[in-house]
Amino acid sequence: MSDIAMAPEALPQPIPLRELLPWLLLATLLALIAIYFVGAEQGATSLISGTWVHEFVHDGRHMLGFPCH
Amino acid sequence: MARTFLVRGLVCGLIAGILVFLVARIYGEPNVDGAIGFEEQLAHLASGAHEHEEEIVSRDVQASWGLFVGVMVYATALGGLFSLLYAYAWGRMGRLGARMSAALLAAAAFVAVYVVPFAKYPANPPSVGNPDTIGFRTALYFGMIVISIVAMVAAVNLSRALLRRWGAWNAAIAGGAAFLVLVAIACYLMPTINEVPDGFPATLLWQFRTVAFALQLVLWTSLGLSFGWLTERSMAAHPAPGSPALSAARR
Ligand SMILES: [Zn+2]
Repeated sequence: MSDIAMAPEALPQPIPLRELLPWLLLATLLALIAIYFVGAEQGATSLISGTWVHEFVHDGRHMLGFPCH
Repeated sequence: MARTFLVRGLVCGLIAGILVFLVARIYGEPNVDGAIGFEEQLAHLASGAHEHEEEIVSRDVQASWGLFVGVMVYATALGGLFSLLYAYAWGRMGRLGARMSAALLAAAAFVAVYVVPFAKYPANPPSVGNPDTIGFRTALYFGMIVISIVAMVAAVNLSRALLRRWGAWNAAIAGGAAFLVLVAIACYLMPTINEVPDGFPATLLWQFRTVAFALQLVLWTSLGLSFGWLTERSMAAHPAPGSPALSAARR
């Protein structure tokens, strides 16, 4: 039983890149789309016509540091 | 494992978003209103038509639901990205522990994603900025974020390469110095933007930018600390295979 106290502290095992990659790609894509809509849509570039998105997130865009207009 | 981290990151992003929204609403909105007041004054003097006069979304909605949704989407997205960064670093950061590694990663991400781009292209309130250059300024801002992240990755790799020979302290200093040199060169080479209109109150600009900086500080601090806390807690509840607690239970 004494070897329990002597056992080295277990370090977490790294997650293999192969397992991580699909999550990384999917979540990065979704996150970048989300940040794009808050930060740049209907400002520098426009996917949806009009200015509603720009006007709706306007205050957040300014305060989060994105160029707004 | 990656999925658990991602869900945790989204939850921590939501928590951070709520805090950021509260600070933005209480401390930020008065400055936005002040800047819009200045803009309207200018428009009144010029007595020309102006984009902010035809309201598509009312000021009340912009300052409440609009701000809330914008901040929550942004914070949750960053929470998700942060969790995957953490998932990659998991088991690759030595003996730092769950909370310390979350705090360090959040600090590094804060500096790379916000502090450096902010130092070169600070946040601007309404009426600061020429609408004709919005495309150029947006490209510069996002470009600066990318450069800063690349510099941070390079600096971290350098630190890790020096770790064995130089020890943690000196390797960290070398990495930090390399990061500063790289971003200083980038700041020197990138074009400078100054589109503050004549007569815009200096204190208002200062206050707006201080609050903008504080919002990001709140975001990354709460994200890093809450993520570390939840990870530490779940590790205590479910020890990793081979850990002393589990081997003891098996015997
Ligand atoms: Zn604006």
